[in-house]
Amino acid sequence: MSTKNFLFVNRKAPYGTVYALESLEVVLISAAFEQNVSLAFIDDGVYQITKGQNSKGIGMKNFSPTYRALGDYDITKLYVSTESLAERGLTVDDLMELTYEDADDDYAEKPSIILVNREEMAAMMAEQEVILSF
Amino acid sequence: MALEVGGKSIALDEEGYLENLSDWTPEVAEALANAEDVTLTSEHWEILNFLREYYEEYQIAPAVRVLTKAVGKRLGADKGNSKYLYSLFPYGPGKQACKYAGLPKPTGCV
Repeated sequence: MSTKNFLFVNRKAPYGTVYALESLEVVLISAAFEQNVSLAFIDDGVYQITKGQNSKGIGMKNFSPTYRALGDYDITKLYVSTESLAERGLTVDDLMELTYEDADDDYAEKPSIILVNREEMAAMMAEQEVILSF
Repeated sequence: MALEVGGKSIALDEEGYLENLSDWTPEVAEALANAEDVTLTSEHWEILNFLREYYEEYQIAPAVRVLTKAVGKRLGADKGNSKYLYSLFPYGPGKQACKYAGLPKPTGCV
């Protein structure tokens, strides 16, 4: 099977709709097929990876810990829009510390989150072969 | 489907996974295994406990590839390989071990 560059674009808040959770499930499945998978978090999608989520009051499972498993699935590139963060009064410190272990560098722990502006996001998207938007 | 454990009826889905993950106890694990003619050894428990910790931390059942790698890191290379894991769980370490550990079926299990 050939390997392609897959990008999953996440634009919606984690709860209220099923988009974020469905995206995450498809991401994990696609990684099982050993594709080159990246994620982008834009607009309200940036809330998906914020720290300290508590979904008790709405009776939904808090699935945010699962983003911390992405590194185990060799998903190591999480592009986050700097404009979307700023528009919501957020900074990178409001996001979970998402990391991966670099097998080519003695399993050193490295950050998965890559902050990009609109131009950089567009350039990154232009390099993808398959883009799925949630 | 249901399973009788210590006089209590435990609801199972059509594939034999727990309907309510909170029903799990070590006795339930033994009963699920016995129903498939498996007797759990300390080697099985090492993997089941590992899976429960993984689920607790990440809220997902890991894919087999991820499980294999993580077991290797935790328990050593002689256990972090498919041959060893399949010798314990011949129906597939993902599906079978997750069932006994009281986890949902692994996401992306193919």
